[in-house]
Amino acid sequence: MFIIGERINGMFHDIARAIRRKDPGPVQEWARRQEAMGAAYLDLNVGPAVADRVPAMRWLVAVTQDASKLPLCLDSTDYDAIEAGLEICTKPAMINSVPVVQEKMDRIFAMAASYSAEIIGLTMNETGVPRDVESRIALAVELVMHCDAHAIPIDKLYIDPLVLPVNISQDQGPAVLETLRQIKLLSDPPPKTTLGLSNISQGTKSRELINRVFVVMAMACGLDAAIGDACDEELAKAVAPARILLNKDIYCDSYVKIFSNQGR
Amino acid sequence: MGKRGKGEEQITVEIYKEKHRSQVREVVLGAAGGGGGTRSHTIKVGGETTLPFLHFEGEIPNRPVIAMEVWDMVPADWPDNLKAFFSDVYSDPAAWAKKCVDLYGADLVALRFKSADPEIRDASAKDCTAALKKVLAAVGVPLIVYGCGKGDKDNEIMGALAEAAEGENLLLGVAEPDNYKSLAAAAMAYRHSIIAQSPIDINIAKQLNILISEMSSSLFERIVIDPTVAALGYGLEYSYSIMERIRFGALSGDRILAMPMIGNVGNEVWSKKEATGSADEYPGWGEQPERSLAWEAVTATALLQAGMDILVMRHPHAAALVKQSIDELMRDHNP
Repeated sequence: MFIIGERINGMFHDIARAIRRKDPGPVQEWARRQEAMGAAYLDLNVGPAVADRVPAMRWLVAVTQDASKLPLCLDSTDYDAIEAGLEICTKPAMINSVPVVQEKMDRIFAMAASYSAEIIGLTMNETGVPRDVESRIALAVELVMHCDAHAIPIDKLYIDPLVLPVNISQDQGPAVLETLRQIKLLSDPPPKTTLGLSNISQGTKSRELINRVFVVMAMACGLDAAIGDACDEELAKAVAPARILLNKDIYCDSYVKIFSNQGR
Repeated sequence: MGKRGKGEEQITVEIYKEKHRSQVREVVLGAAGGGGGTRSHTIKVGGETTLPFLHFEGEIPNRPVIAMEVWDMVPADWPDNLKAFFSDVYSDPAAWAKKCVDLYGADLVALRFKSADPEIRDASAKDCTAALKKVLAAVGVPLIVYGCGKGDKDNEIMGALAEAAEGENLLLGVAEPDNYKSLAAAAMAYRHSIIAQSPIDINIAKQLNILISEMSSSLFERIVIDPTVAALGYGLEYSYSIMERIRFGALSGDRILAMPMIGNVGNEVWSKKEATGSADEYPGWGEQPERSLAWEAVTATALLQAGMDILVMRHPHAAALVKQSIDELMRDHNP
């Protein structure tokens, strides 16, 4: 399980201001900091306030790549912006994200195939996020089929079963965990899985505690990646032993340090 | 599979290939003129992208190599059938090393400073460096240098040996979890490689590599893992499974374990009764001379299959048998 660092996002004021002023400083600072803390990918989102997302995304990709060697996760609902970013990515990137909506999947899967990109597919469609496991799995199957139809290796697909805040939809925690388990049964090799981790704790007290307990539970159900706070040291301290306990890493006394250093 | 008749369809069998995402680090042993040493050539070990000898699946760019063991004193407890090969050169480690290379085709020489042992001769660092210099002058192959096995004394002599051979890129042994700092410092200061030895324990193997990497990230690139091997009949299968796990770890992206491996085969085998006991003592076991060399050869070839990159051996005929086995396993793939 690896962390996709969430911090370079126009939702944060410092990043929004940096994009507006074309000041690479804060973006590059967060790129370096997240990489040092063990992030495996950097999520880039220009945010809601930007007038033209295409040049903003291109700028964000360029300045981030100047500061970090990590692969990027291009996060936008504007697919022109994602494509503009993919054009200049020096490493195969991840596309964040596509719902099960036909014309959107057509465009994103074709784009992923031509840029060798990975895809985050969401188990939601025009009608929203389903509440039960079966409906989520039905949507996951559609994502897998599209991957196959575009001859994209299945392990380039990261399915996100969509967590909802625990204080609002408490029943969704178990549903997401069960969905993660069942996604792993859909194909051989199975698709990968990811979560927008911080969503689980929106509006709660002690958010970090909820995030790290949930990520460990999700790892036991087959979670491969999480978009989250790479600079949360306590999160790394929880993920490192979980990787050992799940036999993903070979134990040694410095296991926490090793995880922080290599970010996997 | 039956014979195929005329007109029968041929079935294509697709061989399943494991896709590994990483590879074993390549380590260079020795340094020639251009690299600041005096070796006639260097030897590369490691670099595998697949499990041992699965040529169809990945690359095995470097063949496993055999180092023959040379002592700086007469090995009193070696049995006669082993001693006989070296009786003319025992008094002179340089001549002994030369015989191993010229006559027996050793890829490397593993020089063991047994005489430094305080309970044997307590030879001084000065005596040891003099012997090392003679061996370096006598042979062109890269050298492995072992101390006497007593930690405190080895800390004394290994620094001096490292300094005397500055730039030769010796493979210095052995660093252990509770005694690695002075050897690592010597290897760093005088540009040598290092053997990191762990007691048949993958967790300790990994931790020791981390400890060495914390001293020097460049020395980390020059570590060879000694997972500690056992002779056939004495836990060979434990060594085998630890080596397998180390190699699986390396191939699946654990860079802390992605090192070539070395095994002290001769040292293990020739202390066991299966190698030394006479036919009178153990009727039914066969004659000691044949049995002992077979014991060393079989132990070594089993370890090859677990991913051993450097085999340290004693009996010239056992070494020749293993070399023949390596030739066959690397046929058409010789780098």
